[in-house]
Amino acid sequence: MMSLMTQKSIPAKQPISDWFRRNVAKLVVAPTFGLIIFFVYGFIAWTGYISFTKSKMLPTYSLEGFYQYIRLWKMTPWNVAMENLLVFGSLFILIAIVLGCLLAIALDQKVRAEGVLRTVYLYPMAISFIITGTAWKWILNPGLGIQNLVQSWGWESFSFDWLINSEMAVYTLVIAAVWQSSGFVMALFLAALRGVDSEIIKAAYLDGASLSRIYLVIILPTLRPVFLSCFFILTHMAVKSFDLVVALTGGGPGYSTIMPANFMYEMTFRRNQIGLGAASAMMMLATVMAIVIPYLYSELREKKNG
Amino acid sequence: MADLSALPGGKSPWQSAARFGLYTLLLIFAAYYILPLIVVLSTSLKDLDEIRNGTLLSLPTEINFDAWGYAWNEACIGVSCTGLKPYFWNSVAMTIPAVLISTLLGALTGYSLTKFKFKGANLIFAMILFGCFIPFQVVLLPMAQSLGYLRIANTVPGLVLVHIVYGLPFTVLFFRNYYVNIPDDLIKAATIDGAGFFMIFWRIMLPLSPPIIVVTIIWQFTQIWNDFLFGASFTTGGGQPVTVALNNLVNTTTGVKRYNVDMAAALITAAPTLVVYVLAGRYFVRGLTAGSVKG
Repeated sequence: MMSLMTQKSIPAKQPISDWFRRNVAKLVVAPTFGLIIFFVYGFIAWTGYISFTKSKMLPTYSLEGFYQYIRLWKMTPWNVAMENLLVFGSLFILIAIVLGCLLAIALDQKVRAEGVLRTVYLYPMAISFIITGTAWKWILNPGLGIQNLVQSWGWESFSFDWLINSEMAVYTLVIAAVWQSSGFVMALFLAALRGVDSEIIKAAYLDGASLSRIYLVIILPTLRPVFLSCFFILTHMAVKSFDLVVALTGGGPGYSTIMPANFMYEMTFRRNQIGLGAASAMMMLATVMAIVIPYLYSELREKKNG
Repeated sequence: MADLSALPGGKSPWQSAARFGLYTLLLIFAAYYILPLIVVLSTSLKDLDEIRNGTLLSLPTEINFDAWGYAWNEACIGVSCTGLKPYFWNSVAMTIPAVLISTLLGALTGYSLTKFKFKGANLIFAMILFGCFIPFQVVLLPMAQSLGYLRIANTVPGLVLVHIVYGLPFTVLFFRNYYVNIPDDLIKAATIDGAGFFMIFWRIMLPLSPPIIVVTIIWQFTQIWNDFLFGASFTTGGGQPVTVALNNLVNTTTGVKRYNVDMAAALITAAPTLVVYVLAGRYFVRGLTAGSVKG
């Protein structure tokens, strides 16, 4: 593609405007493609290279093999971060999908004020994770938040201190992330439910099938692509989660709630360990690719079959 | 879809009970989603005494916008006590050009890749699409270096560049998937009439594009306005976008903790995307759905 920019094979007899007319589409795509090649592929290659060096504050270019990766996996904070990602990711994905699907089915029952309810369920998606974290930090703070509220109702011994409890703090991330994203899952399921052929359902109903059976046996299996899409998008969000941790728990107490993205940021921008930061970034890329590639593969295969 | 009320069977007591259960469920979750917003709004309107002596759900005795004024004009972000105002304008100055340029480039690229298909167009699309999937951590470090090299580190133009580049895969995806469904005959007819590449884009494609333009602009606007990672990685001090400033405001620990100011600041930061969502929520949903449908 870049060769387009320097193409010298303009036939001498044809005016330049002809050549331009034939190649205008390529010329228009070139800047975008050039930017992507440089800023996506070039940068990934550079980060990959740095991850094999002993770079600290400034990049160095002598290769040291897997030194940084071995070091990375020996570090407790990185292992904590990967465990947190696993715990947070699986709970977040599971709850958001179950809740989103349930709400979509409920909304699909010809309810009143559907438009209002849909808006209420979905608006958190318009809000950034920083604001979500700030809001939930206030709601969950043990001094003046929910704990105080329930105590004021007369349950004096009620305690809800997850935010400052290093065993439980990771679950506060799940609460806030589900709040932000489940409406989005609901919207995807609702859109798909609206596309299910209503004749099939009426027929099944007249055959005496119960509503729950109709959903479990007929409708949900047809929504398989939506489940897959949601799973994929939510996994992607989980691996990338950074802002929510910063705003809600600050990675604490201690480093009990850090995620890989926070680890990477800390090493790269605060501790001058850019080789280590690069290695952690490459591990994150590998994690995402491990999910994206099978997903894209299944999507493409379905398209060919369908 | 599942309109079973019209079917024979009538309304039994059992059905009424199920209906009641359904509405209860819907309302409980409506409360889960809406209460945080109400709590944040009501906290931002209280004074500190009311906050300390009341509970989350107690409503303010009188509407008091002092905390909003303080968050906008005076609150300390790190060591400078300027309020959110300058950072909010940083975000505006960053978001508008980044959204417009990435949308325009996305439209032109999507158009070229579908209507003037050349050899390798699909491969180029796949390679651009890959950019949607990367965790941005893999580009942070070289980007920080490049911005320094280009002498636009810690500036609004630097952030504009970053957001254009990493927004492009999404805008190209949106436009390409939209344009692929526009019949090629339209373009052929126009070509025979002698219209060129840009004439066709201007006279035929753009007039057909408002739905996807709106979707893309709203998508890009929310993504860029809400960004924290790039802002936190590439800016410090006065160059920060509002999301980073909000986080610093909330975590500035000098003096009395003003919860009402924190909440007002959070709402100021959320306001633009919330307004867009309320005004154009329908398109927003379509944008989200389109974003999840891979080409």
